[in-house]
Amino acid sequence: MWTEVKYLFLKEVTLEWRQKYAFNGLLLFTVSTIFIIYLSLRVKNQAGLPDHLWNALFWIIILFSAINAIAKSFLQESPGRQLYYYISVHPISLIMAKMVYNSLLMVVLAVIAVVVYGTVLGYPVINTLMFASVVALASIGISSVLTMMSAIASKAGNNTVLMAILSLPLLIPILLLSIKAVKNAIDDLTWPDTSDELITLAAVDCIGIALGYVLFPFLWKS
Amino acid sequence: MDKLIRKWWWKILAVVLMLYVVCAGLLFDVPRLVILNETIRVLHFHVPMWFGMILLLLASVVYAIKNLSSPSPKNDIYSLEFANVGVAFGVMGIVTGMIWANFTWGEPWSNDPKQNASAIGILIYFAYFILRGSIEDENTKARISAVYNIFAFAILIPLLFILPRLTDSLHPGNGGNPGFNAYDLDSKLRKVFYTAVIGWSLIGFWIATIRIRMRLVQHVTEQ
Repeated sequence: MWTEVKYLFLKEVTLEWRQKYAFNGLLLFTVSTIFIIYLSLRVKNQAGLPDHLWNALFWIIILFSAINAIAKSFLQESPGRQLYYYISVHPISLIMAKMVYNSLLMVVLAVIAVVVYGTVLGYPVINTLMFASVVALASIGISSVLTMMSAIASKAGNNTVLMAILSLPLLIPILLLSIKAVKNAIDDLTWPDTSDELITLAAVDCIGIALGYVLFPFLWKS
Repeated sequence: MDKLIRKWWWKILAVVLMLYVVCAGLLFDVPRLVILNETIRVLHFHVPMWFGMILLLLASVVYAIKNLSSPSPKNDIYSLEFANVGVAFGVMGIVTGMIWANFTWGEPWSNDPKQNASAIGILIYFAYFILRGSIEDENTKARISAVYNIFAFAILIPLLFILPRLTDSLHPGNGGNPGFNAYDLDSKLRKVFYTAVIGWSLIGFWIATIRIRMRLVQHVTEQ
């Protein structure tokens, strides 16, 4: 199974590398969103943006970039290719490969978003290691939930609006936890103060991955 | 469950319990407490809604799992109608809570984590109904909505039971507030409250079974 996961994962990366426009499109989407926020808030200096607003806007950017990035993971697969996967690989390998790939994509996107966002709107985070671990955990959680929702939406008539409706309420718990944890990182609280949020976030990630593992084979049957 | 639907004893029990709850809840003596005063009677009509909702949604998930392991239109109808009534209970829980909050916290919606979490929970299940509506084929609809139903319930549990405990809440038993037991000095409320929980849950299942039977008849006549 793991060799299957590896090959499917490499296939995703190769495909992405060959058609760079998709990834570049995502980057452009994220960067222009950040720039729109920067221009519409008219923040002149770095002290202009309150910390809680910085935090909330950052997660909204991540959320919408994630929906755009991961919506295509099943929606853009042609029916012929889906049939090919259906015959040749185990459904669990397919969903695991997609989840690993999407998590990686989300982490890369998040890092780029942090760099651009931090450059134009300031970087109030003091405990960067804590911030990075929250972003990594949240990326894994968001991408595992979104991968499943993308699979559901692709079975329900390839509807991008449906994908947003299904996933937004499911993602709110992850976002609430991340916003709380990042607030701690901004205020430079100690690790024990944030351990509750981090553990819960990791648990939600595990729930998301486990549900994908158990439920995807049923989804894939048609 | 099939047999239980046609039994009448638990429906009689529900009526008797609810009669007791309505009379006792509205007329019996209640502890005199600051701020709460007489509004404490809403306890019997607000909190049981959440018990009912969780039980009905749990039943819905059980039938969703059954539907995945052995697909049949019957399991799908059960799952759908339990979710329907469960969400109706959730909406009533929010409304009764808002009425109560208006008198005790001063405003119907005070950005309380539990209020927000339950509103998000209701949104998740509204998305479930929209998903069902967007799929034409009956078999695909049953299978995909069952998958989403299980997913939704698995996210709902941490949302309702873990997240609000990490933050301060105006609700009793959260963020340093004493639990409700501390207010209920003479256990007078408790008798009526537990009866209300059982009574409301039974009423919820009764409504769901009526809707299930209607759907089953519709399903047979359509074929």
